[in-house]
Amino acid sequence: MSPYSVLALAAVALSSLAVATAPRSVLAFLAFQGALLFVYLARIPTWLRVGLLGVALLLLMPLIGAFNGYYLEVATQVGIFAALALGLNIVVGLAGLLDLGYVAFFAVGAYTWAIFGSPHANVIFGGGFPLAGAWFFAFLFVGLFVAAVAGILLGLPVLRLHGDYLAIVTLGFGEVIRVLANNLDKPINLTNGPKGITPISRPPAPLGLPYGEYFYFLVLLIVVLVVLVNRRLENSHIGRAWEAIREDELAARAMGVPLVRMKLLAFACGASFAGVMGVLFSAKQVFINPESFTFLESIGVLAMVILGGMGSIPGAVLGATVVTVLNLQVLKGLSLWLNELKNAGVTVLGYSLADLPTQFEPAKYERMIFGIILVLMMIFRPQGILPARRRQRELAHLER
Amino acid sequence: MDFQLLVDIFPQVFLDGIILGFMYALIALGYTMVYGVLEFINFAHSEIFIVGAFVGVELLLGLKSVGLLDGLPWPLVLVLALVAGMAASGLLAVTVERVAYRPLRHAPRLIPLISAIGISFFLQDLIRLFESLWRNAFNLVYPTIDVLNVRFELTQTLDVSVKSLVVIAAALLMLWALHVIVNRTKIGTAIRAVAEDQAAASLMGINVNRIISLTFLIGGAMGGAAGVLFGVQYGLINPYTGFIPGLKAFTAAVLGGIGNIPGAMVGGLVLGLLEAFAASYLSLLTGGAFGAEYKDIFAFSMLIVILIFRPKGLLGEIVRERA
Repeated sequence: MSPYSVLALAAVALSSLAVATAPRSVLAFLAFQGALLFVYLARIPTWLRVGLLGVALLLLMPLIGAFNGYYLEVATQVGIFAALALGLNIVVGLAGLLDLGYVAFFAVGAYTWAIFGSPHANVIFGGGFPLAGAWFFAFLFVGLFVAAVAGILLGLPVLRLHGDYLAIVTLGFGEVIRVLANNLDKPINLTNGPKGITPISRPPAPLGLPYGEYFYFLVLLIVVLVVLVNRRLENSHIGRAWEAIREDELAARAMGVPLVRMKLLAFACGASFAGVMGVLFSAKQVFINPESFTFLESIGVLAMVILGGMGSIPGAVLGATVVTVLNLQVLKGLSLWLNELKNAGVTVLGYSLADLPTQFEPAKYERMIFGIILVLMMIFRPQGILPARRRQRELAHLER
Repeated sequence: MDFQLLVDIFPQVFLDGIILGFMYALIALGYTMVYGVLEFINFAHSEIFIVGAFVGVELLLGLKSVGLLDGLPWPLVLVLALVAGMAASGLLAVTVERVAYRPLRHAPRLIPLISAIGISFFLQDLIRLFESLWRNAFNLVYPTIDVLNVRFELTQTLDVSVKSLVVIAAALLMLWALHVIVNRTKIGTAIRAVAEDQAAASLMGINVNRIISLTFLIGGAMGGAAGVLFGVQYGLINPYTGFIPGLKAFTAAVLGGIGNIPGAMVGGLVLGLLEAFAASYLSLLTGGAFGAEYKDIFAFSMLIVILIFRPKGLLGEIVRERA
């Protein structure tokens, strides 16, 4: 056994132990995530890598969830955003179409299930709703389909636009969807406006599994599927056509790449992942309203893709993990820590922390995090943390 | 439907539209000047605009706390606020260009745009951070200056407040000044030369980097002035207020023909009027089914339609697309 294999085993074992002994410590959970990243990157045999990751995600993570349910929630959120980042990665990373309204497709999926999976549909269609929880699985496909259609509808008019104009139009599209969700409670009450829709049915959990664990496994399953689909796409003629379009539209066209079809396909593919996750998100949350689908979310997903590396599948997953954990744990952890210090009456350099203004809450600064990530990555490492191999070569070529 | 009502509110809606339009026009200048020179959407311009509004409100609140707000003549107070806002926004725009855009000038086109989006988000929370620490509040209200709120009743259905007149006068003055700078001075010639062809301009002895900084300075200052006027006119600001007006102003710039300075004004006025009419008439005409909330959709849909059918805008010349 190579030293790396021993290290990887030890890292996973020790960090899980750390979480088990100190279930409230953010650092322990971060160490666990770091161990997983190490397992992914270290030079160890493939069977060991897959085995360790499998054990960690299928067995250890739910166990950790038993110690501290919040971590399971964090892991589920990471999964949801990983799928979104992978979807956006197709549009932005592979096809090079900067989509700033991506969360609109997530919203479309979420509202699709929210309307039919809650008593709200009775307002529109009379009686017979909500649909039973088992319909959820059918709606995963309905959400996929509806979001893909929305993607094509957005794609059709913007096909002629390039680069930054396209970005602004997709931003507008995202805002339009949000404003519609906010205001379509009249003349026909479709979305129930800002009040949102609740309660949304959940699929029945098998074997009496708690919902936290159940949704974690569902999300994990979908993320694995999405990763597999992405990998197949990347190396297919479709993926190569997308990358050709990204690099040089004119040349791609001259080589016989059907631009219209490929661009629409990129929008539809990216959107469909978001649609599926939207359906799952609405079932998991039981309640949705337009607040979950703002421009901020779109930029958050973009920051994940950029951080990991445009066009890179492991990058998108890593980016989703880092950004989500920063938001849900590090910023919130800072807020809690600061409050504890304030209550304990700690002074720093003669300044009592209790005198800090009450409006100063570190948890609220996610925009700043997104902003810093975007700017620093663009200036210092535009290829991302885990760059796609092809992309890496191109950027190296540019810097020369 | 009450036809008489529709006619009666027309002049007031028209006036509101004009004021909104001038606001958009002033902000749009920042987008259009930068686009004209660099072919780059300065996404952070909406925050540069709102920084002007914050500097203005800080100055007014500062004057108020030392009891000078009513002691000094109001035009002087207003000019002070405008100058402070313009200086702060102009310098901020130059700094942002230096730090976040210049290193990326030769990168593929989407890269500086993403950097600009990052700056926009960063600045929003930076303002919030600063105001939270400084005032323990980030929703600020412009202190009222009584003279500015005096309203003249022109007709039975139309009245106009002093501050609206001030906004219109200041906007016209600044647009005229900009027109003179760009078209009648040596600096303006240099700006136009750089916009035309950077390499040729630098061969003619123009310092391209300095001219680009100057463009950001002027555009940022116009945005800062718009910020102060926005605060005076509408009163309430927070760090996130700038985003939607910024997006609308960009729409105005595209509508008028991006890169084109008179176009920004025309686009701003057209958009302001359309929006004011949509906001007041949509609800009346549809019997309440669609309310004023749809004015945003209206603006964005218009942006999409223009970009698709007439990307050069109302007055614009065709802007070459860079790969």
